Amino acid sequence: MTFDEKYFDIGRLDRLSYRDTFVHHLDPRAKVIATMLFLLTVISFPKYEIVALAPFFLYPVLLLTIGEIPVRFIIKKMIVVSPFAIFIGIFNPILDSRTAAVIFGVSLSAGWLSFVSILLKFALTISAALLLIATTSFPGVCHALRRLGLPPLFVSQLLFLYRYLFVLMEEAMRIIRAREMRSFGSRGTDIKVFVRLIGILFLRTVDRAERIYYAMLSRGFQGDIPSLKRSRIAYRDLAFMAMTIAFLGVFRFFPITEGIGRVAQELFR
Amino acid sequence: MSHHIVEFKDVFFRYSDGTEALKGVNFRITHGESVGVVGANGAGKSTLLQHMNGYLVPTSGTITIGDLTLTTKTRREIRKKVGIVFQNPDDQLFMPTVFDDVAFGPLNLGLDEASVRERVRKALGMVNSLDLQDKPPHHLSCGQKSAVAIASVMAMEPDILAMDEPAANLDPRSRRSLISLLKTFKHSKIIASHDLDLILDVCQRCIVIGGGAVVADGPSEEILSNKALLEENNLELPLSFQGR
Repeated sequence: MTFDEKYFDIGRLDRLSYRDTFVHHLDPRAKVIATMLFLLTVISFPKYEIVALAPFFLYPVLLLTIGEIPVRFIIKKMIVVSPFAIFIGIFNPILDSRTAAVIFGVSLSAGWLSFVSILLKFALTISAALLLIATTSFPGVCHALRRLGLPPLFVSQLLFLYRYLFVLMEEAMRIIRAREMRSFGSRGTDIKVFVRLIGILFLRTVDRAERIYYAMLSRGFQGDIPSLKRSRIAYRDLAFMAMTIAFLGVFRFFPITEGIGRVAQELFR
Repeated sequence: MSHHIVEFKDVFFRYSDGTEALKGVNFRITHGESVGVVGANGAGKSTLLQHMNGYLVPTSGTITIGDLTLTTKTRREIRKKVGIVFQNPDDQLFMPTVFDDVAFGPLNLGLDEASVRERVRKALGMVNSLDLQDKPPHHLSCGQKSAVAIASVMAMEPDILAMDEPAANLDPRSRRSLISLLKTFKHSKIIASHDLDLILDVCQRCIVIGGGAVVADGPSEEILSNKALLEENNLELPLSFQGR
């Protein structure tokens, strides 16, 4: 993927959040809290847990379906970040070689179990986070965090990150294009040039920051970014949160999957 | 309403690296006037504009805006009177959505929610961009961005409007609609630009800056038809004056 394509791809995640569905209309705070609880619940499972994690895929799948978010897009994004999770867990099967189970004569080490468990947890948490952004929009999440009590300074930083990510990427895109046009094949693409490009990008960013600060001062900035309250918690938000909490609670503390498995074994005996 | 004046008296400014950017600037702009500021690159136009609302404070000399003399103490008040529109709308629009951005100024003025919404509606209506209010700035075209940038300043209801190259990066039609928009504003206007036709269209008066001082000051028609003066300052006759 070239830089240009990557750039437009990030814009796509952003555009998804302007859709018009039930999930998009929920109060951002409700979604932020639900996502947090979901993440905490998933992470709280023990190291070797696999079976009990499976039902949790219901949550992202439901959000995905009701929010009309394309599955392939989310999966692609997950693959992009998956190396992090894979490298965290890849050595587990070697380091933790106690036999945990024997299936069809092949002994399965405990390391494999924990590796799979890491991958599942990764898939669940990343998809939940991506879906939060895709259904709420980044500024929506920021305002929600602020109203939930995150210090305004952090929220301002996040808002600027979001606003200027696109501007900076365009700047970088222009620099890279200019380099490619004059580098004729491989020359001009070595690390030395790259380092200088990063330097230029940094200097331009500092200049821009100064101009932005000037623009902010010109409009009466006094150290805090004010915002209007734009949403109220409605019954459907409470209902959504109650359902999420019930769902998480049930699947966390009762071995539902195991139960279903037992029932199935009984039936087919 | 008779005192929306801008007065520069012997204004000198030296940057911290020693560059003398302004060397004795003198002019007085009265209520409701629109004034074009032209000059070569590096003549001091931007530095001049940055003095308008106290981002820079003169090394010596006085600047009077309305009935206030510019000092580091009065500049917060002065910023309520003078709205500056920047050359690059990306620097001006720093909030995540158009609505938030236009509301930023009024919220900082301490207005209540209803009046903030009213101001935003009015300002966006003025530049025909009401339907853009929920969009993030990076999804706007250049023309839309510059319209919103103007709205974000107009929402503060300034007495005086200062603009740095308002038509840079605009396609001819956006530029034309910007010009007609500017003509509808009753504010005192100060427009720094290389677009001499725009100045000719919008401003009755024109100031030529050269080497950090006022070189010429007079009616736009007169100044902008003075070929020798313009060429001395790296400028040329506006296209509408160039017979072809």
